[in-house]
Amino acid sequence: MYSIITAISAWAIPIIIVFIPLYASYRKVPAYESFVEGAKDGFQTAVSIIPHLVGMMVAITVFRASGALDLVMDVIKPLLARIGIPGEVFPLAILRPITGAGSLAFTTDLIHQFGPDSMIGRIASTIQGSTDTTLYVITVYFGAVGIRKAGYALKVGLISDAVGFVSAILICYLVFR
Amino acid sequence: MVNLIWLFMIVAGFVVAAVQGRIELVTQAVFDGAKTGVTVCFGLISILVFWLGMMRIAEDAGLLERLSRMLYPIVRFLFPSVPANHPAVGYIMSNMSANILGLGNAATPMGIKAMQELQKLNPYKDAASPAMCTLLALNTSSITLIPTTLIAIRMNAASLNPAEIVGTTLFATAVSTAAAILVDRWYRRKAAPLPPLKG
Repeated sequence: MYSIITAISAWAIPIIIVFIPLYASYRKVPAYESFVEGAKDGFQTAVSIIPHLVGMMVAITVFRASGALDLVMDVIKPLLARIGIPGEVFPLAILRPITGAGSLAFTTDLIHQFGPDSMIGRIASTIQGSTDTTLYVITVYFGAVGIRKAGYALKVGLISDAVGFVSAILICYLVFR
Repeated sequence: MVNLIWLFMIVAGFVVAAVQGRIELVTQAVFDGAKTGVTVCFGLISILVFWLGMMRIAEDAGLLERLSRMLYPIVRFLFPSVPANHPAVGYIMSNMSANILGLGNAATPMGIKAMQELQKLNPYKDAASPAMCTLLALNTSSITLIPTTLIAIRMNAASLNPAEIVGTTLFATAVSTAAAILVDRWYRRKAAPLPPLKG
């Protein structure tokens, strides 16, 4: 099963980038000219995200480098340990929505510290794999279209992150007991 | 709420650094963070330029339209306000397929393009429309088939079965996506009494 799915992942992009131009030339659409026309938007879109991403990255880096993030986690960890959530994985619940690179580093550290086949290693892997960096996704997607009022999007993202965190822990306890 | 979190992170960082007598950390972090932001955007340029080029070919050749027609029932359920023949449908479908296949790099340009199309339907240009919030909810909790990076990390750490987390990941991601859709619906209904939002 795993090998089938990795094969799909490996083949999907090459097949797409051969199929699209081929189909276009079959429909008598000048593929290269269309490509260049569309590609022009790419640069502008990337540049228009810069202010949003710089603003967000500055805040996140200040929050983490100053030690404020560690402080928040020190306060909450013992509370969660009491209801059976391993304190070691809790920082992930806070890190995951804020920083993809940061949470990946933390997960890697947990895997090496406790072993990949330990309960903590499995839970951390599941959490890291099952959600995306909400704050980054909001910044990039809304930044690209100049949306400043995110509405309830952030709440929805964070609530689903929390649900993902809890269900990752539950399913790991059920499956790997 | 993004405003509040942003302000909180900066102020809390400042206060903690000040109390610890290491205020110089803040200055360093500001420049590091700004640099990361620009670096990430420049990293996006190559991906965006390439995929938006590809997507334009697909659009001109009528492929996106065909994809939209095939998968419209799903979009209709998730995005009731988007008209059937609107280009946004094709991009939304491409974004979702890329996420499900785990093609992270390809998913972002398509998601951005979908947002730009939804923005055309949005009457209030600086506020997110309900459809935009739904697209975001789907992306933050993106269904993952194969967490490739994690399997690689577990292999490096000499796991006996690096891929054993595929099932648990799929479960957790399915639950969080379902939660995202439900919560999104709930907020959308709650927000309904406000001026009639389209899109």
